[in-house]
Amino acid sequence: MSEKRLLLGDEAIALGAINAGLSGVYAYPGTPSTEITEFIQNSPLAIERNIHSRWSTNEKTAMEEALGMSYMGKRALVCMKHVGMNVAADAFVNSAMTGTNGGLIVVAADDPSMHSSQNEQDSRFYGKFAMMPIFEPSSQQEAYDMTAYAFDYSERYKTPVLMRMVTRMAHSRAVVKTDEAREQNSISYPTNPNDWVLMPAVARRRNRELIKLNEQFLADAECSPFNKLTLGADKTVGIIACGIAYNYLMELYPEGCPFSVLKLSQYPIPASTVRILASKCDSLLVLEDGQPFVEEAIRGILPTPIPVKGRLSGDVPRTGELNPDNIMPALGITDKEVFDPCPLVVPRPPALCQGCGHRDMYSALNEVLKEYKSARVFSDIGCYTLGFLPPYRAIHSVVDMGASITMAKGASDAGQHPSVAVIGDSTFTHSGMTGLLDAVNENSDITILISDNLTTGMTGGQDSAGTGRLESICIGLGVAKEHVRVVVPLPKNMDEMKEIIRQEINHRGVSVIIPRRECIQTARRHSKKP
Amino acid sequence: MNTDIILSGVGGQGILSIATIIGSAAISEGLYIKQAEVHGMSQRGGDVQSNLRISSSPINSDLIPLGKADIIISLEPMEALRYLPYLRKDGWLITNTTPFVNIPDYPETDKIMEALKALPHQVSLDVDSIAREAASPRAANIVLLGAAAPFLGIAEDKIEKAIRDIFSRKGEQVVNMNLTAFRAGLEFAKKQAEI
Repeated sequence: MSEKRLLLGDEAIALGAINAGLSGVYAYPGTPSTEITEFIQNSPLAIERNIHSRWSTNEKTAMEEALGMSYMGKRALVCMKHVGMNVAADAFVNSAMTGTNGGLIVVAADDPSMHSSQNEQDSRFYGKFAMMPIFEPSSQQEAYDMTAYAFDYSERYKTPVLMRMVTRMAHSRAVVKTDEAREQNSISYPTNPNDWVLMPAVARRRNRELIKLNEQFLADAECSPFNKLTLGADKTVGIIACGIAYNYLMELYPEGCPFSVLKLSQYPIPASTVRILASKCDSLLVLEDGQPFVEEAIRGILPTPIPVKGRLSGDVPRTGELNPDNIMPALGITDKEVFDPCPLVVPRPPALCQGCGHRDMYSALNEVLKEYKSARVFSDIGCYTLGFLPPYRAIHSVVDMGASITMAKGASDAGQHPSVAVIGDSTFTHSGMTGLLDAVNENSDITILISDNLTTGMTGGQDSAGTGRLESICIGLGVAKEHVRVVVPLPKNMDEMKEIIRQEINHRGVSVIIPRRECIQTARRHSKKP
Repeated sequence: MNTDIILSGVGGQGILSIATIIGSAAISEGLYIKQAEVHGMSQRGGDVQSNLRISSSPINSDLIPLGKADIIISLEPMEALRYLPYLRKDGWLITNTTPFVNIPDYPETDKIMEALKALPHQVSLDVDSIAREAASPRAANIVLLGAAAPFLGIAEDKIEKAIRDIFSRKGEQVVNMNLTAFRAGLEFAKKQAEI
C-alpha cells in the first residue's frame, strides 16, 4: 500500500529497489553509500522475501555477483562509493558489453567536497565510458521513483544502468511517497546466451550493438520524464542544472526562476534539447555537482558557439560540492549581509576513539620505530588513517584500498628497511590479500600489521569478510606460520607488542602481526543487546 | 510557516536525536521537511552539523543558504559559533554552555561565552546540570530541545507528543523523564529570552 515515509536518499533507493521486486543487493560499505544496503538488511519485507543483502568482500566481487543474479533473470542492485567504481570498473564496463537479463542498477555515490573520501571523481564519466544510461536523482522522491523506472529500463534494453548520486542526496532526509511492492522476477536464463561470452568475435558484435543502442538511450533522454526544459522570459542565460544542483538553483528563486532551465537527471546528455535551450539564450550556465562533465561535453553539441559558463570557466567553483551560496555569483546575485565568522573557532578534526585498539597499536609501533634511523609506514583506508594526525603522526602514505602492503613491498624492493604496512582487517580482505601473495612470492622484507577490530569500523561497524580467519588466510597465502603473530592491543600488553614488532621487523622477510581487539563502538552496541 | 535550523555539536554527542523529534513533530503536522546529516569520518569526534528545514510549502535545497537559518541549536558552545554566518541577523542561537574539549587549542571558555553573550538573540544554558537536577543526565539533549522549542514554529504540545511517540517503546518512566527535561529547558529559555 502507498504510504509516506521520512527517508534518506540512500534509503529511498533501497526501498524503491525492494518495492520494484529486488532479489539481491551487493555492496561493500563506503560513505556515502552504506545506508542503502543497511536499509535492505533491516527491512522486514526484504527479510520476508529472502532478498540477498550480505556484504561482499569488495566492489568488484559485488558487481560480478549482481551480474550473476541478473543472468538468472532476477533484479539486482550494486552499491558503492565513487572510488569503489575503480575497484569494480573491470566488471562494470564489461557488464555493458554482456548486457543483462534481470534488471541491474549500479549505484555510485559520489562525494564532492571529499567529506569522507580521498578524491572527487565523478562517476558519470564511468557511465559514459561504459556507454551506459545514467540516472541522477534531484530529490529523495525522484530517487525512489527512478529506481523502479531504471529497473524497467534496464530490462527493456537488456542493459545495466548507472545511478549516480552525491553525498547531500544520500545523507539528507525527506518525506517520500511509496507505492506497493511488485513481485520478484522468477528465474529465467538469458535468451541471448552467446552475448555473455566476451571472446573477441562476440565482443566486436556486442560493441556494435551497444553503440547502436546508445542512439536509443539518447532518444529516450530527450523525452525522459526526469529531464525537463522550462522556458523563461529572461534570455541572458539558459541554465542546465544536473541532479541535486536543480534544487540549489530553485532555492534562489522562490518566486520562480526568470531564466530558461533544463533540469537534467537522465543521460546521455539530450543534445537536441540542449540545442533548443541554447538557441533561446545568449549564454549557457552549467550547474553540476562533481566535475565539469556536461560543461565539457556541450561545447561539442552546440552548432554555433555561445558562451558556456560553469566550473571550467571559473564562474562556478572548480572543486567542492555546490550549494545555494556558491552558485550565486554565476547568477549575478550579489552578497547578502551575514554574521562574520567567529575568529575564536578552531578546526576540530576527527580522531580515533578513546580506548580504540588502533591507538595502542600505533603507540607500540611508534615506540619501536624510534629505534631505527628511517622507518617508513605505508597505511591504508579506514579509521586507522587517523594515525596520520597528532598525537601519533605515525604513517607516511594513504592511497587506496590495499595499497599499504603493495607500497611497502615496492619500497622494500627499492631498499627501504623497515618497510611497514598498516591495514585494517576489512581492507585486508577487500584488496590486501593479492598484494600479500606478491610479497610472499618474493619473500619481501616487509612487516604488515593487520589491525583487526573485527569489523568495518569507519563506515559504522559492518561485518568484515575475514573475521575469525585472518591467520589461516595469511598462512594459506604462504606466510610462514611463525611469522604470523597475534597480540591484544591494550596498554598492559605494551611490552609484548613492542617486542613482537621488533622481532618481526628484524626478520628480513614477510611478517604479519595481527593486533586484535573489538572496535569499541561495536563492543558497546553488542553489550547493550540482551 | 518556514523554519530553517542548524543543529551542531561534536561527533557522538547525539544531535540527530534532537532532529528526529523535531522531524517527527513536523511530519505529524503535515509539514514538508528536509534534513541533511553528516555520516562518516567526522562522526569520530569531529565537528558535526545537520541542516533541518521545515516548511508548509515544498523545500528545494537540502542545504540552508548563508544568513538564512532561523535557529542554531548546539550541544557545544564553540560549535554553535562555527555556524554563525548561516544565522539570520535576527535569528536565535540556543546552545549548551559546557565545552567539549578534545583538541589541544580549544579557545578560552570565557572568550567563547563573551562572544555568545554579544549576540542579539541567544539562550545559553548548562544542559547537563539542568538535566541532572530535573530528570536524568541522559536527557541533556532533550533539555536543549526544550530551550529551542519556543523558536521552532511548532506548538510545544506537538513536540511533547513527538517525545511521547519516540520514547514510548522504552516505557512510561523514560517518557516522563524526557518530558520533565523538555519542560525544564523550555522554562529556562522563556525566562532567559524574556518571552
